[in-house]
Amino acid sequence: MKKTLAALGVAGILLSGGLSRAEAQETIKVGVLHSLSGTMAISETTLKDVMLMLVEDQNKKGGLLGKKLEPVVVDPASNWPLFAEKARELLQKDKVAAVFGCWTSVSRKSVLPVFEELNGLLFYPVQYEGEESSRNVFYTGAAPNQQAIPAVEYLMSAEGGGAQRWVLLGTDYVYPRTTNKILRAFLKSKGVAEADIMENYTPFGHSDWQTIVADVKKFASAGKKTAVVSTINGDANVPFYKELANQGIKADEIPVVAFSVGEEELAGIDTAPLVGHLAAWNYFMSVDTPANKDFIKNWHAFIKNPKRVTNDPMEAHFIGFNMWVQAVQQAGTTNVDAVRQAMYGQKVKNLTGGTAEMHVNHHLSKPVLIGEIQPNGQFQVVWQTKGEVVGDAWSNFIPESAKLTADWTYPWVCGNCEKPKFGAAVPAGL
Amino acid sequence: MQQLADGDFAAKIAAVEALAATGDPRSVPVLDAMIAGRLAVRSADRRVLITEPRGLVLLLIDPLTEVEIGEAEKAAVEPITVNNRLRGALRGALGGLTLLSPSADRRREAADAVFRTREMALLPLLEKAIARETDDSVRKRMQRAVAAVQAQSSADAGQRSTAIAVLADFADPDVRSLLAGIAAADADPAVRAAALEVQQRVEQRLAIWGVLGNVFQGISLGSVLLLAAVGLAITFGVMGVINMAHGEMVMLGAYTTFVVQDLFRTHAPAAFDVSVLVAIPAAFVVTALIGIAIERGIIRFLYGRPLETLLATWGLSLVLQQAVRTIFGPSNREVGNPSWMSGALDLGVLTLTYNRIWIIVFSAIVFAALMLLIRASAFGLEMRAVTQNRRMAAAMGIRTGRVDALTFGLGSGIAGIAGVALSQIDNVSPNLGQSYIIDSFMVVVFGGVGNLWGTLVGALSLGLANKFLEPYAGAVLAKIFILVAIILFIQKRPRGLFALKGRAVEN
Repeated sequence: MKKTLAALGVAGILLSGGLSRAEAQETIKVGVLHSLSGTMAISETTLKDVMLMLVEDQNKKGGLLGKKLEPVVVDPASNWPLFAEKARELLQKDKVAAVFGCWTSVSRKSVLPVFEELNGLLFYPVQYEGEESSRNVFYTGAAPNQQAIPAVEYLMSAEGGGAQRWVLLGTDYVYPRTTNKILRAFLKSKGVAEADIMENYTPFGHSDWQTIVADVKKFASAGKKTAVVSTINGDANVPFYKELANQGIKADEIPVVAFSVGEEELAGIDTAPLVGHLAAWNYFMSVDTPANKDFIKNWHAFIKNPKRVTNDPMEAHFIGFNMWVQAVQQAGTTNVDAVRQAMYGQKVKNLTGGTAEMHVNHHLSKPVLIGEIQPNGQFQVVWQTKGEVVGDAWSNFIPESAKLTADWTYPWVCGNCEKPKFGAAVPAGL
Repeated sequence: MQQLADGDFAAKIAAVEALAATGDPRSVPVLDAMIAGRLAVRSADRRVLITEPRGLVLLLIDPLTEVEIGEAEKAAVEPITVNNRLRGALRGALGGLTLLSPSADRRREAADAVFRTREMALLPLLEKAIARETDDSVRKRMQRAVAAVQAQSSADAGQRSTAIAVLADFADPDVRSLLAGIAAADADPAVRAAALEVQQRVEQRLAIWGVLGNVFQGISLGSVLLLAAVGLAITFGVMGVINMAHGEMVMLGAYTTFVVQDLFRTHAPAAFDVSVLVAIPAAFVVTALIGIAIERGIIRFLYGRPLETLLATWGLSLVLQQAVRTIFGPSNREVGNPSWMSGALDLGVLTLTYNRIWIIVFSAIVFAALMLLIRASAFGLEMRAVTQNRRMAAAMGIRTGRVDALTFGLGSGIAGIAGVALSQIDNVSPNLGQSYIIDSFMVVVFGGVGNLWGTLVGALSLGLANKFLEPYAGAVLAKIFILVAIILFIQKRPRGLFALKGRAVEN
């Protein structure tokens, strides 16, 4: 134990040495690790643009610690192993102070060992399945208890239609599978019978939804109000919604709540037949606050296209970047260990009102909004939580996770422990 | 009326119900506007108004007199928000109010809305409507609604049983769900038994419909596969070129559709419905020309070197993808369905979507035309001659190089046409082609290389097998099963279903 700690210390000194050399240069480098080609380019390119905008804005305000920020953009091309290589390149070759990036969970899992080995800092802006807390990652997207669970609670309530039967549709990979595992446990804890849950997975980019939509219709005709919870990812959503519309499934009969469909995804479809289907996020473009208006105005000016939409992961980058800036200012250095300490308790105003706070489990507190799709491709908020919800790294609804705690401050200093690492060292009464 | 605007959703629902209870026909446009999100409150005086978008401003209409009272900026009015529960209440209320509407479609919708709400109070009105009804299909829907209301809420057990017997004629999932509810919850055991018995009969009928539905979906998937694969059947099957960029030709066809539609949107929005028809020849020409360019520029230097061809075309496919991404951007492009391709045909309990039906028809036409071209035209004859024996064909005076280029162009052009069809059901994104390339190769190899009939049979049997497996195994496993089945099949019959015979094959 002591040896590893010593080794960590040495590594820390070596790294901070490396960083101080970097600081001697004119600029502070910020890594942007988003796919600009391949399948995920559709979602991630926008996030790269947002990062460039945020960096430009900060530079207009005079930069950081008296230096200019310099974005370093790399393209991991939707190729998961390449994510790890590019992350290494950013940390070792470019010596960036922090990295903002990744979208899919598999890409995050791929870069995780690199960030932990080189003690880098990653800001991950997308809603994800939870069950993780790394010392080197700050999760600025929603954990399941900040998106999936409130959405299901809403659909169960009288307001949301009082659903009793559930269809869990997802793309076949880690995020939908884990989320549905949590949802299944949650539904059971609410007294939903096994026979009232249907789970179905489809490959990435699935385009032939006839059978599944017909199955959903059949499942919904058992005499109980049915709702669909969709964790379908990326491109597959467009043909799915087209099929729903064509088969005449109306939102007041079988509402579909989606966790991966935002303004950007709806931009590719005619939403008139989808009015009333739902999405759960922490941000909607349609929310009318001065901060959001400014952000949208800024975005349109930066991207030079007044038709572009904003979405939830963009807000997550906005919050994450500003928190990092504040933490660096507070720490007076971009040293990763110092910045990490300064991050805890850091507060940034949400674009939708309220305040996001970074907690010691590296997750944010966020408001949860449920929106209905409108004919113009925007969402209308129909329900929202009172105040912010603190993100849970480990779900309370999975027995083996419920025991785990993520807390990166003394005495825990651990992302997945049942007991504090330094529990014995705490004097009684503290 | 004012309550529609203020208060929470529960208050709004109460207001809607109160409005419906008046039975006043003037409330219909108000509720219609509300369901469409066009009912709004003027911020200045909190007056409830119906709005209609007119260019950049909103036209304001008085809800009671339906008279236009002026215009307003969008910011000057607040739309009244609606949620799903409220929408359901609105549809129910409209059901009662529009049972006697002059439009048959509205009456049918109204009957279905009553079927769903099962409002006992509406029975007399429903009966009056049945007596006046002139349209047979609408009358049936109304009778179904009456039976549903009686089966669920009538105080007399005998009447409940009679109503349940009537419902046996309507084998659809909604009736089944209603019967399941009654069979579980009715107070009278005789009624429960009757409901259970009728429910089982309905189930049987539904099972038959289910099989028919699977057949349709299988043929539909098969026709999509056929469209995607038939171009490949020419370039790979007939010419023997492993063209990994085939999927990108499909993608380019879809983007051509997007460009054509965009032109229509800006220059002739009224003729939007024909844009897809115009896109077909456009996509054919664009992709055929690109195909010819590829053949002349790259592939002709690589004949007889399958590995190099594979790598070169694979690289080309990446180049094309990234080129499209640079030009059109990485996000999906919206290609609209023309009105004659959206919606669905209700056949019994099946919902056959029009876009799928048209794609089946379209792929049949493409296939027939292609067969005709190959069998009956001079070019088809030359093409067959070259592929069967290149040197002999050359000796007979056929310009084999030109035939090669044209054949490759034809295959690519057909892929482009497939792109037009796929743009109607799938995403138009730079990745469109990738998802079809594997399936296309599978169809061609399974059907038998060099034989278009094999491609047809291969596509349809893969489509049907996929759709019949999917309900049992799930979409992911179904695909795996099919892949394994094909591997085993190829072991047994390496040349596919319809193998070419003769000396040419041996080389």
